Amino acid sequence: MNTLVPLTVAVPLIAATVLAASAPFASRRFADGVSLAAAGSVCAMSGLLLAHGGDLVYWFGGWHPRHGLALGIAFTVAPLGAGLATFASAMVVIALLFSQRSLAEINNVFHALLLVFLAAMVGFSLSGDIFNMFVFFELMSVAAYALTGYRIDQRAPLEGTLNFAITNSIGALLVLTGISLLYGRTGALNLAQIGQALGTRPADALVVISLTLLVAGFFVKAAVVPFHFWLPDAYSVAPTPVCVVLSAVMSELGLYAVARIWWACFAGVLGGDRGAVEAILVGAGTVTALGPAVLCFAQTHLKRMLAYATVSYIGLFLIGFALLTPDGLAGTAIYLVADGCVKAALFVGVGILQHRLWSADELRLRGKGRAMPYTAALFVVGALALASLPPFGTFLGKSMIEDAAVKAGYGWVIAVFILASALTGGAVLRAAGRVFLGLGGAGEPEPSFEIDREESDEPETDDPRDRTPAMLFVPAAVLLAASLALGLVPGLDHAAQRAAAAFVDSAGYAATVLHGAASHTPQVAGPPPPTALDYLYALLSVLGAFTLAAVALLRPVRVFAPAVMRLRMLHSGRVGDYVAWLTLGVVAFGGLFAVTLL
Amino acid sequence: MSRRARLWLLAPALAGFLGLLVWGMTGLPGSGDHQGAVAATIARTAVPERHATNVVTTVTLDYRGFDTLGEEMILFSAALGLVVLLREQRGERKEEVDDDRAAGRKAPGTSEGLRIFSLALVGPTVLLGLYIVAHGALTPGGGFQGGVILATSLLLVYLSGKYLALRELTPIPALEAGEALGAVAFALIGLGGLIASGVYLHNFIPLGTPKTILSGGTIPFLYLAIGLEVAGAFMLTFLEFLDQTLLVRSRSGG
Amino acid sequence: MSGFLPYAVAAWLFAAGIYGMATSRDLIHLVVCLTVAQSATYVLLLGVGYLHGAAAPIFADIGPNTRVVDPVVQALTLTDVVVEAVVVSLLLALAMQAHKRFGTLDPDDLRAMSS
Repeated sequence: MNTLVPLTVAVPLIAATVLAASAPFASRRFADGVSLAAAGSVCAMSGLLLAHGGDLVYWFGGWHPRHGLALGIAFTVAPLGAGLATFASAMVVIALLFSQRSLAEINNVFHALLLVFLAAMVGFSLSGDIFNMFVFFELMSVAAYALTGYRIDQRAPLEGTLNFAITNSIGALLVLTGISLLYGRTGALNLAQIGQALGTRPADALVVISLTLLVAGFFVKAAVVPFHFWLPDAYSVAPTPVCVVLSAVMSELGLYAVARIWWACFAGVLGGDRGAVEAILVGAGTVTALGPAVLCFAQTHLKRMLAYATVSYIGLFLIGFALLTPDGLAGTAIYLVADGCVKAALFVGVGILQHRLWSADELRLRGKGRAMPYTAALFVVGALALASLPPFGTFLGKSMIEDAAVKAGYGWVIAVFILASALTGGAVLRAAGRVFLGLGGAGEPEPSFEIDREESDEPETDDPRDRTPAMLFVPAAVLLAASLALGLVPGLDHAAQRAAAAFVDSAGYAATVLHGAASHTPQVAGPPPPTALDYLYALLSVLGAFTLAAVALLRPVRVFAPAVMRLRMLHSGRVGDYVAWLTLGVVAFGGLFAVTLL
Repeated sequence: MSRRARLWLLAPALAGFLGLLVWGMTGLPGSGDHQGAVAATIARTAVPERHATNVVTTVTLDYRGFDTLGEEMILFSAALGLVVLLREQRGERKEEVDDDRAAGRKAPGTSEGLRIFSLALVGPTVLLGLYIVAHGALTPGGGFQGGVILATSLLLVYLSGKYLALRELTPIPALEAGEALGAVAFALIGLGGLIASGVYLHNFIPLGTPKTILSGGTIPFLYLAIGLEVAGAFMLTFLEFLDQTLLVRSRSGG
Repeated sequence: MSGFLPYAVAAWLFAAGIYGMATSRDLIHLVVCLTVAQSATYVLLLGVGYLHGAAAPIFADIGPNTRVVDPVVQALTLTDVVVEAVVVSLLLALAMQAHKRFGTLDPDDLRAMSS
């Protein structure tokens, strides 16, 4: 079992180098085969690691800790991290299958980059060393920049990739500065050892600022407001198979990093002021959930709409984590995976529309989808799953978070969840109604925004067909089925709770990593099944989605409140603005942490 | 946001940012008073346990070798990314030119002195690069530094005006293959550690005597792989950029 | 006081780099400002690892028990330099393409998209 740990990263890397070396003379079939085999094997290996349960510690180079000092780099494979790794590899498999049909001018370089991306995500989820996490963070980012800019022949991808690259590089610099501060204080790079060393003194300026820098840097990747401006620009122009992976996994990994670092390093020294951290992060999550949800509803370009939905859901996941309890964390884990599957399925649906109808804009496609009942069903089911219709996995995760919120005294976030799911689900429902049934008013896509709309909606293949190829439809159907299955598998919530309980046990983590103590999973009583109130909330979200969609279809197109217009103007596409907001965000978090934690 | 609004936002934000950073840094021990126990242990154990005298190299390739694998793959992906981002688009073509100046490009002529000097330096540069790569375990240097020096020899050839001749000698696929070979060699040596001693990247080759060229076990071989990969990646980078500037023209002419 | 100087320089470099990036009118200038901010991290890392009166961590010609500066931060800085240089090369490639497609290098004028 231990041997599997390094192989999850080494295998895709070796496969990527083989693909790159053989690019000039290998056939497309060879590239597809090798990449699918590599990604599939990573999925199987991570799945085995997940099933193993408990914490596995792997020291690279054989450098075991001496006298509690970690000399080498460790991978600490916990069920939550292994679960993320499995999820990431599954998404990459879907993306590879999907890209066979949807991208015409693909070559081995695309596959190699996607495999490197996978290796980085897996390494990031499993690593127990903070600088190692930074290296994989940068590897993820570099591969993502190249993949996002794949259609560089068009203007929109160029600008989107620039904004993506510049803002995320600043985020990486923030993370690195935080790492340097922590190293200066503790002399350690291993997460557990940092936690031990920090815990010996009360919190001071350095602890607060390093927390701020790390949180801000990772929040740039996760696209929490006000670090989120790059995401709609990037995700709306990346090739659709890449969007699947970016939206379902990469943003969520930023949140995972904060969770990991909080419980391994900071929970000891700042544990007494948890309430303040909870409040700040719940606030950030609420803003991130609501603002982008409104903007999602105001969008007519489908990919940009889904991008804003991604940001909104990051806000909801952040709220779930911010409760800082095992129950909240368990619910977030399930919600994250189920919702990731749904978003991925919707992106595949958009890819189908692009393939058949040459556009991804709701207004341009009005009524043209009448002959595509299966794709219509895909969108409707996806929208309902977004609105957390029972018994989808989204409903299960959301109800666990809601219960945890009430227990932690944050019952009002339930309203945030209902609003955000209603808005995002309603947006997709409205789009489905307009595209597939021809409902709602007609309108021209806004000329003042998106100048090159025609260019950016060029089909990614050269041969549109009359029927949706199975290779495009089946992955989406499988994803929706997976999301449904997550809600139905018995005992999943209990398993997630046990995994979360082990994750938040900082002292146990340190003992396992630094002193080789056997890891034990604490016994927890299973969480109660969803109550009638949870069903009521879900019903409210679904009804809200239908109502909003219906209202939008009945009113004329493009009538927005001035506040919404102002919000839209803020997302200007100019990287200078984004950097300014980023700086403000760092100061805001730093100031709040400083005032409340010292 | 207008530029003025942006400045109004930025000025207090930057002041706050600077203030927070400085305030956080007051918690650091002063520069020069570092007390890291991990670093002290590593400095004490590197030579006896790994027989390599350059401790920084030992940290890079042995204690924290896995980071270096990641870093090498970043370089590898960026080279691939450059191939993707700078490739020929529809509507462009690569010019076939006889002399070193593409049509419409007003590059100043190169002086004789520059041509001769650059060409003369190519050989010593390559030699210096190889020397630094090979001695990474003993003295300051190693695969990254030596690889970059090797790659600059290509820039010297460009300066000497013989770029197009060089272009015919080093096709991009060969460089891509060489670079990928370097990258995979590192990963495979790590795999060798897995097979030989059960742990990935374990230093499994006999360690040799300190201060000789083959000391440090896997370290000199890892640095050779890195040197190959870095040289290949940077040469690829330079070639891609130079192609864009010198050779690629839009189909409508000029 | 002199013990704090490297840290203050690092903080200043970071802030100056960010200022340059936010107010830049030229993509190449923006990328170079990013390099300035990157240098801040190098200075900070190396400043953290410095030890007064200690030797470089190369034991080729010094005795085995000499005090040396921190080798770990030097390895980290090495990694950092490579990583950041690589990101800069990608950004420069994007800048080149932007010049070709948009005819301008002004980041405020690349108006392909907004909300």
